[in-house]
Amino acid sequence: MNQFPFNPKDSPQIIHELLLRMKVKDAMSRKIHTVSKKNTFRDVQHIMREHKISGVPVVEHDRLVGIISLDDLIRAFDNNYVEDKIEKYITKDVVYLEEEMPLAIAISYFNKYPFRRFPVISKNKKLVGILTSRDILVKLISELDKEISALEEKITVPPVSIDNELNADFLVKRYDFENAGNASSSVKRLLEEKNISPKIIRRVGIITFELEMNIIIHSLGGKIIVNMDPEKITIIAKDRGPGIPNIELAMEEGFSTANEWIRNIGFGAGMGLPNVKRFSDEFEIQSEVGKKTVVKSIVYLNKE
Amino acid sequence: MTIKDLIDNGFEPVLVISENTEIKTAYTSDLLSDVLANGKEDSLLITIQAHKNTVAVSSIVGIKAIIICNNRRIPDDMKQLALNEKVSILRTKDDQFKTSYIVYKLIYGNE
Repeated sequence: MNQFPFNPKDSPQIIHELLLRMKVKDAMSRKIHTVSKKNTFRDVQHIMREHKISGVPVVEHDRLVGIISLDDLIRAFDNNYVEDKIEKYITKDVVYLEEEMPLAIAISYFNKYPFRRFPVISKNKKLVGILTSRDILVKLISELDKEISALEEKITVPPVSIDNELNADFLVKRYDFENAGNASSSVKRLLEEKNISPKIIRRVGIITFELEMNIIIHSLGGKIIVNMDPEKITIIAKDRGPGIPNIELAMEEGFSTANEWIRNIGFGAGMGLPNVKRFSDEFEIQSEVGKKTVVKSIVYLNKE
Repeated sequence: MTIKDLIDNGFEPVLVISENTEIKTAYTSDLLSDVLANGKEDSLLITIQAHKNTVAVSSIVGIKAIIICNNRRIPDDMKQLALNEKVSILRTKDDQFKTSYIVYKLIYGNE
């Protein structure tokens, strides 16, 4: 069987919605190679080889009357009727999709039937395209790409800030020196609004800035999360890798893996993590090579 | 010492937030992490790092003014950020060593 790798019903809401929103006609390929009943299996073989496809719809006056698959062709070879017209071998009750169907329904067809491709017909029963599971997945990924980019744009705004609490997230991108310091400047401003003592703000600012720079310089991208409760400020830096092979070494002052051009602009001196630790009341670092690094720093409000 | 004293002593005012800004001490460094670790509040930074990250670091540490040495070109986005963050920028043809000597004398006299 050719089961779909996931069940849309159990998927996150966004995938479920996308598959309902997108129609078969959005994902199908419109470039179709067809044959007529009068063609032979040999003709089908040539079309399959030339266009690298594994199924050819049979049409009569633009109407779909059947489909010849690779299996049908192999059977023709086995039983020596390759030179015969396909007329008497085509399946009469061919399963097809309609172009206005949501992709979620199309997926259920892939799970229900053993076919790897479905012809697609329009309202007036004309053959308009062909849909493979690959078509669906490609379309889904490109739509998810757009959706996730849009979500990412929203992630950084707005920070929640009530009384003496604060929750703020900042997206930090790899090599984005242009926006370096944005997270720490925002945090600084938010804390100033809450009349936190300048000494605490300065420490939190330094910690946030160093962690931000670390993500920019060393990681594939990540996030800075700042939370404040009446007792303390917690700064968490999370990235998507590549991880630190030797944390002890990374904590050593002066050790750095930064390259020349990063050093030229005054960073990569091997002081980042030691600085974070120096200005934190509590400091924690965890790293998995190939996966992620998470740094957690706590500054208590009542300790100056 | 104020920013006016620096201008009177030949430092080129590139962007001055207020001439009366009081400067208590100074730090000389081209390593921004070092500035984060050791820079002081209400101070002056002597450096050749003429880019906007220097302003971001200064703002966090509480540095009030930056002197860019060796007449390095100061990019517009650095000036813009400095304006937003209220950090003054001055410039000199001298290197960090000579600049530190002049600024030291202005702050502490000949002690």
